[in-house]
Amino acid sequence: MAPVLEAEHLTKHFPLKRGLLARQVGVVRAVDDITFAIEPGRTLGVVGESGCGKTTTAKLVLGLETPTAGVIRFEGRDLTALDADGRRAYRRSVQAVFQDPFASLNPRMRVEAIIAEPLVTNEVLGAADVAKRVARLLELVGLPERSAELFPHEFSGGQRQRIAIARSLALNPKLVVLDEPVSALDVSIRAQILNLLRDLQAEFGLSYLFIAHDLAAVAHMSHTIAVMYLGQVVEIGEADTVAGAPKHPYTQALFSAALPSHPGDKREEVIVTGEVPSPVAPPPGCRFHPRCPHAMDRCAVDLPALLPHAGRQVACHLYDGGAA
Amino acid sequence: MTRPLLDVRHLSTHYVSARGARVTRAVDDVSFSLREGETLGVVGESGSGKTTLALTLLRLLPPAARIVAGAIDFEGEDLIQKSDTEMRRIRGKRIAMILQDPMASLNPLFTIGDQVAEPIRVHEGVSRRGAWAQARELLRAVRIAAPELRVREYPHQLSGGMRQRIVGAIAISCEPRLLIADEPTTSLDLTIQAQYLSLLRDLQRAHDLALIFITHNLGIVAKMCDQVAVMYGGRLVESGPVAQIFDAPAHPYTRALIEAIPRFGDARRRLTAIEGQPPDPANLPAGCAFHPRCPAAMDRCRAEAPPEFTPAQGQTSRCWLSSLDGAA
Repeated sequence: MAPVLEAEHLTKHFPLKRGLLARQVGVVRAVDDITFAIEPGRTLGVVGESGCGKTTTAKLVLGLETPTAGVIRFEGRDLTALDADGRRAYRRSVQAVFQDPFASLNPRMRVEAIIAEPLVTNEVLGAADVAKRVARLLELVGLPERSAELFPHEFSGGQRQRIAIARSLALNPKLVVLDEPVSALDVSIRAQILNLLRDLQAEFGLSYLFIAHDLAAVAHMSHTIAVMYLGQVVEIGEADTVAGAPKHPYTQALFSAALPSHPGDKREEVIVTGEVPSPVAPPPGCRFHPRCPHAMDRCAVDLPALLPHAGRQVACHLYDGGAA
Repeated sequence: MTRPLLDVRHLSTHYVSARGARVTRAVDDVSFSLREGETLGVVGESGSGKTTLALTLLRLLPPAARIVAGAIDFEGEDLIQKSDTEMRRIRGKRIAMILQDPMASLNPLFTIGDQVAEPIRVHEGVSRRGAWAQARELLRAVRIAAPELRVREYPHQLSGGMRQRIVGAIAISCEPRLLIADEPTTSLDLTIQAQYLSLLRDLQRAHDLALIFITHNLGIVAKMCDQVAVMYGGRLVESGPVAQIFDAPAHPYTRALIEAIPRFGDARRRLTAIEGQPPDPANLPAGCAFHPRCPAAMDRCRAEAPPEFTPAQGQTSRCWLSSLDGAA
């Protein structure tokens, strides 16, 4: 099936400015040459630690940042080539749900106005039609109809996240960007929201770009997983393949650091030393090599390419035939 | 069997509003004990009372809170009977605490060396020079590279993971017997969390420390703890050895919590969601606080709060289903 969204060699560098004259002294390589595709009705999960570029990737997809290089194609069409109507249509088709439902809902608007806002700004609808659509959206996310009259502060975190999801669905989007949608919620509420997101995906054939640091949640929700480190994708493939038998040393370290779900669930512990270096001056060669337990001489020099290996793509010299 | 290091009996802490009109039972009749070198995980969601419990153990409660009943027996002494001056000598010396946000527990205006040396100077009466020498050793113990340089730096010059290790160094500086860690890794990245947890475990082994982990994360409990205590609505609804609780939870809330977390390799399984939401601690449901969300709720649960039952050796459960007469 043709992908809904494709990113090719997507790159975003932020200029780093210093001093009175704001002289540019360098660039932050937030996202550096990444390629991925999201198919209709499927979920791409992006995992990585702070500074790996996952949020910048989400912003690029949402059109909140312009890429420094590379292209994003939506349903086969290059975003930069779209005219004003095309951009408007794109923004309707791609919606977002953010981490903090306390910050993403205007406290002075009633829930009805919050959910109706995208409808009112994008469609010509009478008041009665808007109310009907809002009622339907509330029903979809499992909130009572009278919620429309209330303000966000009258809801708990989980209910607010339902409101944010209802708003994101108002324009029948094709792709929803979910940036840490459950990390601000209590454990007993997370399962409710993850189940709801899966139900909505099945019902409407939605595609998700799911960003989270909870690896088990990402593995649970995603069809494809991309692992990012310092602005680059180091491993990407089917969720079961990547989570079940990670190949890149960073992916291995990351998944071994994931907390067990049972005390008897003993895994091999790969504890990497050091911390993520600054994206202003990423290490030469493979960006993971200073922390990698398998680093070889050439890792400090050559940047490994993302190549197919064992049913997924992985960027590591251990697997590109040059290990000897 | 030796006496436990910490024995908490029927502890209750309530928040009282200004005119005494409203009482919030943040911690209600909580009992548990902990032996030397043992690790206890206190699990609960927001508003379950787990942080108030930690603050009660240290007697660091805000003015509106009152310890209304119970005893905290620590190394044979009841902490509730201690004066504030005596508590100051215990805190940081015999019981230490690590908080969630290291930036909030470190003073931005003092160097790392001053802050790590402070408890040694206060509690052990060591000279400044001697305390700084010990501080460098402690930084080495928490695996900070180049401690000679780091002691002269300020908190903002360090990364989040390093700051949390500094807080760990301060906590162990006076060789406490008990360390209470309140969500110590929530603000850390995964690989940094793994480093920190393995560091805590090594420190625990080296000093035979007893550890209390306050957390909402059952994964941390599964990885780190020997015993677990599950809190809901201010009460300890279930407690016991970790493996036993994960294999055979007696309380429906514990069972639901365990089934609600996604696991690797189960992408087809639908998560078991707990309907509704955690209760408002100021307005708890009558009877068992979990009854409005409980799939097994009976009439009795709505009327009467269940006492502590012992469904198995070493395990307690506050659920009528765990009583011998069960559904009667």
